[in-house]
Amino acid sequence: MSSSTELKLPPNNYLHDGYGWKSWLLTRDHKRIALLYLAAITFFFIIGGAFAVGIRLDLATPAGDMVTDDTYNKLFTMHGVMMVFFFLIPAVPATLGNFLLPLMIGAKDLAFPKINLASWYIYMIGSLFTLYAIIAGGLDTGWTFYTPFSTAASTSAVLPAGLGIFINGFSSILTGLNFIVTIHRMRAPGMTWFRLPLFIWAHYATSIIMILGTPVVAVTLVMVVAERAFHFGIFDPAVGGDPVLFQHLFWFYSHPAVYIMVLPSMGIISELIAAFCRKQIFGYTFVAFSSLGIAVLGFLVWGHHMFVAGESVYAALVFSLISFFVAIPSAVKVFNWTATMYKGSVEWATPMLYAIGFIGLFTIGGLTGLFLASIGIDVHVTDTYFVVAHFHYVMVGGTIMAYLGGLHYWWPKISGRMYPERLAKIAAVIVFVGFNLTFFPQFILGYLGMPRRYHAYPPEFQLLNVLSSAGASILAIGYLLPMFYFAWSLRYGPIAGSNPWGAVGLEWNTTSPPPTLNFEETPVVTWDAYEYPTPVEGHVA
Amino acid sequence: MPEAVLHEHHHPPALAHHFENLEEQHTAATLGMWVFLVTEVLFFGGLFMAYTLYRHWYPAAFMASSHELDITLGATNTAVLIVSSLTMALAVHAAQEGERGKIMFFLVVTMILGLAFLGIKSVEYMDKFEHHHVPGASFHFDDPALQQPAQIFFSLYFVMTGLHALHMIVGLGLMTWMFIWTKNGTITKDYSSPIEISGLYWHFVDIVWIFLFPLLYLLGRHI
Ligand SMILES: [Cu+2]
Repeated sequence: MSSSTELKLPPNNYLHDGYGWKSWLLTRDHKRIALLYLAAITFFFIIGGAFAVGIRLDLATPAGDMVTDDTYNKLFTMHGVMMVFFFLIPAVPATLGNFLLPLMIGAKDLAFPKINLASWYIYMIGSLFTLYAIIAGGLDTGWTFYTPFSTAASTSAVLPAGLGIFINGFSSILTGLNFIVTIHRMRAPGMTWFRLPLFIWAHYATSIIMILGTPVVAVTLVMVVAERAFHFGIFDPAVGGDPVLFQHLFWFYSHPAVYIMVLPSMGIISELIAAFCRKQIFGYTFVAFSSLGIAVLGFLVWGHHMFVAGESVYAALVFSLISFFVAIPSAVKVFNWTATMYKGSVEWATPMLYAIGFIGLFTIGGLTGLFLASIGIDVHVTDTYFVVAHFHYVMVGGTIMAYLGGLHYWWPKISGRMYPERLAKIAAVIVFVGFNLTFFPQFILGYLGMPRRYHAYPPEFQLLNVLSSAGASILAIGYLLPMFYFAWSLRYGPIAGSNPWGAVGLEWNTTSPPPTLNFEETPVVTWDAYEYPTPVEGHVA
Repeated sequence: MPEAVLHEHHHPPALAHHFENLEEQHTAATLGMWVFLVTEVLFFGGLFMAYTLYRHWYPAAFMASSHELDITLGATNTAVLIVSSLTMALAVHAAQEGERGKIMFFLVVTMILGLAFLGIKSVEYMDKFEHHHVPGASFHFDDPALQQPAQIFFSLYFVMTGLHALHMIVGLGLMTWMFIWTKNGTITKDYSSPIEISGLYWHFVDIVWIFLFPLLYLLGRHI
């Protein structure tokens, strides 16, 4: 598309609809709110990443001589809290989901634009509380806030951190609520449920988890705060309370929360594979329902976090079995993606590289999840680096790969401009290599028995730890590069045009960037998702 | 709905720009409130889960603690809330008929009943303070054998009724807002959904109390 440099951005696009800070901070436009979220979560990703740098630096030597054990406890806690609650959970739904959901179903906005803006402010207020906790001495409970340590023993800033996460939960609930109502009520004429892009199905399933799971962790944190601040006794063994009840309530949300991170990512992958293989997703209905299946099963497996915490052996058996069942809908997705690619004319653009990376890393993360679902193996590797490696393969190898892939794919729609393709491909490879070098050694470390959450370790583990730390610095470069070239492209990137990938989907049927109300005229849909009848020519290679 | 068709070309003032018509806007708002109430069920659900566990573990302590609650005040409050649900329903009915005076009257009655509930509740709380039934260092229970699990009962009592009272306060805020919207003419026969969904919220908060009352006050009582 050499002629594209002569094009101009459409004059009435949403980025030109007001320029002052008020036009952003008081906007009701889902696209601008998505960008507010994008800026915020990028900020918290950097903060969470900085804590990870501290962890990996300390672990480069066995002696644990860089930071004290107390400081180390705070580093991994604040890394976890920032990354889980303020980056991974909102990462895809609040940014790409917010931006794309109305566009993909042919709506002018989300059902409740003011609530959407409110959810961002709630998120920011929650984050301020948590940032305050970091400044006021930090937090050392682990991101899981286990009682009675968090309610009685810890001397760190549990109250502001707990309140911050409690508040933040409501932004998640409101986003889920908004999405559910929007998908039910705001679809364009002809956009039936089975014409919806799989990205929408994934977000629907995610929203169900958000509205059902988040309130439970919220009220659990209320009880923790009441116990810590007013010396109520609910989980406190000193008055006959049960700390394991806390774990049940916490994981009732926090296991499904993994699917808040992964399901929307899977939605992205479906879009990327269809677009770059120019094919209808094989087994569309199966992929759509597998999202709902994961959402439902995800609520029935929380006990696999408590195999060694004193739950009944029968409960453990059932939780183990159902955890295995989660593999079925997950595998349905992976098999259908692979089947879609089979004999497709795959185009190896940057987003597709991320999609392939996602499938590989998510598969490893998922399969090692089955190891952990087996009670015998779990007892052996509980609280070791095997667990750490497993969930980083799912949440970083899965969610962040898909998030970056989606960001590249829809960047031309968001900004109206292309990112530098060659540099982006290099960055994608760096991310993939850096990621595996960081986390694969941790599987071995865990299997050999290195426990998590210690700042020092026996010297025989040093080689693998040095590899991991080296990988982390490569990974950091891979994450920093897109931040720079996306910023660069805002000004210097070639004009993308409305459909640079030659993809189908309503979001490509409007200008890039779209006007504030998304479409000049409400679209009428007469086709199925991903209808690629003939190969499309002239797209950017 | 002939009215909706009639208004479509005039773009009624209550219609937000991103909805096609008032009907779509109304169903979206109603669905939104129902989804929110599902969230609320799960929110209180965590507390009911904790209650169920400890009630099962410590039946004697829960029964003894329950007898320390004032059943007359609790029953009065139950009656107050049930009547407030009726007046709220009448306000919704008036809104659908577009009768402004009646809406405002029933909203005010609902608010008075809500305030009465909170007043009675604070009398009960004061009583707990005086009798050292507030969990913490100064907690005291007559039967020393039950001192510890009784503290769990009262912890749950305060968290559950406290969060319920907080929801009542939010509800009173909603009622005030609705009163203003009715007074300034925002609420019309065509645009009654704000009152309707506020009503849904109010009924939900009442229903939570209908569960709390027997679970906390009526354990092991015989009439
Ligand atoms: Cu889990």
